[in-house]
Amino acid sequence: MKNEFQVIADLIEKDKKVLDVGCADGTLMKFLKDNKNINIRGLEISKERVQECIAKGLTVIEGNAEKDLKQFPDKSFDYVILSQTLQAFLNPELVLDELLRVGKKAIVTIPNFGYWKVRFHLLFKGTMPITKTLPDEWYNTPNLHMCTIKDFFHFVKSKDIKIFKSLALNNLNKSTINQSNLGVKNLFADLGIFLIEK
Amino acid sequence: MNNRKNIKTLIVKKPLKLDCGKTIKDFPIAYETYGSLNSKKDNAILVFHALTGDQFVTGINPTTKKEGWWSYAVGPDKAIDTNKYFVICSNVIGGCMGSYGPSHKDANQKVFGTNFPVITINDIVNAQYNLLDHFGIDKLFSITGGSMGGMQVLQFISNFPDKSKTVIPIATTSSHSAQNIAFNELGRQAITADSNWKDGNYTSNETNPGKGLAVARMAAHITYLSKKGLQEKFGRKLQEREDLKFGFDADFQIESYLRYQGSVFVDRFDANSYLYITRAMDYFDLAKQFNGNLSEAFKNTNAKFFIISFTSDWLYPTQENKDIVIALNSIGADVGFVEIESDKGHDSFLLDVPDFLSALKNFLDKSYEKN
Repeated sequence: MKNEFQVIADLIEKDKKVLDVGCADGTLMKFLKDNKNINIRGLEISKERVQECIAKGLTVIEGNAEKDLKQFPDKSFDYVILSQTLQAFLNPELVLDELLRVGKKAIVTIPNFGYWKVRFHLLFKGTMPITKTLPDEWYNTPNLHMCTIKDFFHFVKSKDIKIFKSLALNNLNKSTINQSNLGVKNLFADLGIFLIEK
Repeated sequence: MNNRKNIKTLIVKKPLKLDCGKTIKDFPIAYETYGSLNSKKDNAILVFHALTGDQFVTGINPTTKKEGWWSYAVGPDKAIDTNKYFVICSNVIGGCMGSYGPSHKDANQKVFGTNFPVITINDIVNAQYNLLDHFGIDKLFSITGGSMGGMQVLQFISNFPDKSKTVIPIATTSSHSAQNIAFNELGRQAITADSNWKDGNYTSNETNPGKGLAVARMAAHITYLSKKGLQEKFGRKLQEREDLKFGFDADFQIESYLRYQGSVFVDRFDANSYLYITRAMDYFDLAKQFNGNLSEAFKNTNAKFFIISFTSDWLYPTQENKDIVIALNSIGADVGFVEIESDKGHDSFLLDVPDFLSALKNFLDKSYEKN
């Protein structure tokens, strides 16, 4: 399992009710269900991934987060997870608002466009950056709204969203992001993980 | 028409008050079972049939001598694995395969015809519930069915919220739409316009409104297929001829196909049953039973739901299936949903659609493991 998923799992207490938005093949869901007795649901847009989740015995709803989150009542989950998908929505702000409405807390991870390799790629090669967390070409990437850890940090602050934890991940290294080290983390982390609440 | 041998029947002694206000008692429910009930009696699946189905889910139907209507899904090692599960299916009341219906006789030994009480989906599942007592089953492992079978699934879990662990409505709706009612009315009008219908008394008149019933079936059959499916299968292909004949015989293969579908249907189905069952479907509106709030229908159940729709089904489209998902999510129920890609229209649930069959199998088997 990806290191990112381990970090997400560590943020969630046992026996909670969790919604994984864009749950893909259900790897994280299965881990949470088997290891933390989590009452877990998934929302996934790809029919193939939905089938994979069903084959794992997971409860998954085929759907689109931008349209289908509205069916869930306010605060009906302890946690809502959104892993590396926020930047792919037409309206990320609306999705973020929905995550925080449906979940008591939300865990959002973002691929960091401020990561030094991304900056170097654009600076020296002059072409759109391709990295481990941003593997696609400009013409076929699903990412519409790339942002940096710093952008996201400022964005949530401006929306009066409470940040419980913000973590920077670079391969296996996990560290805490705060106001004073934001610039450094924004350069050296390829992934940001935020535990937030509104 | 009704070859009644090989039909298992349960006589329900207990009176059943119908939605129309009448009460029936000592009435027969014809059923069939597949696989065997285990000692814990926790492996039973109650399957509900659609409008023209019957209790002969799989294997050779003793009446039609053809494969059962859900042979792709039910049987040893299939999606609903009869090596593992005990499958029960009964003919709906109002039907014509042995359960109490308009072709039965009243107390005066006169065939009911249209004197049979108008029944509803609610009446149908309340009658079927007696099968649980008959087999001594406290809780079913699953209930499932497509189309009108799905309506019965929804009604059953609403009426008996703790009687099934899992619930699988397929290609269905919680409320019959105007379009659904319109197509059913077309079928009913075709039957009653047949001069052989005789106000429903065709048995005593020794006639049969076969032409009307065949037209009803032809019209309905079109609604079970998709435009793309029809086009790919038939297109404008001609029926055993080189060119158009400038007449009204079946020039096109699609015409010949529909005529055939109509004619074989007449051999196995009763015209009055068609009227009664389509009426039951039209009256189905689960939300209305709960003052317009569909979620209320499910608020007392802890069952695990899995809802399946098909992309090319325009009779009970994905959105109507999703409305059920939304109603369940709004009360925090355990619900999964998948829309299966298929060109085969509403009939997809009856056909060899591998993604559908594997989803059904995986859901059942994984849920059963946790038993």
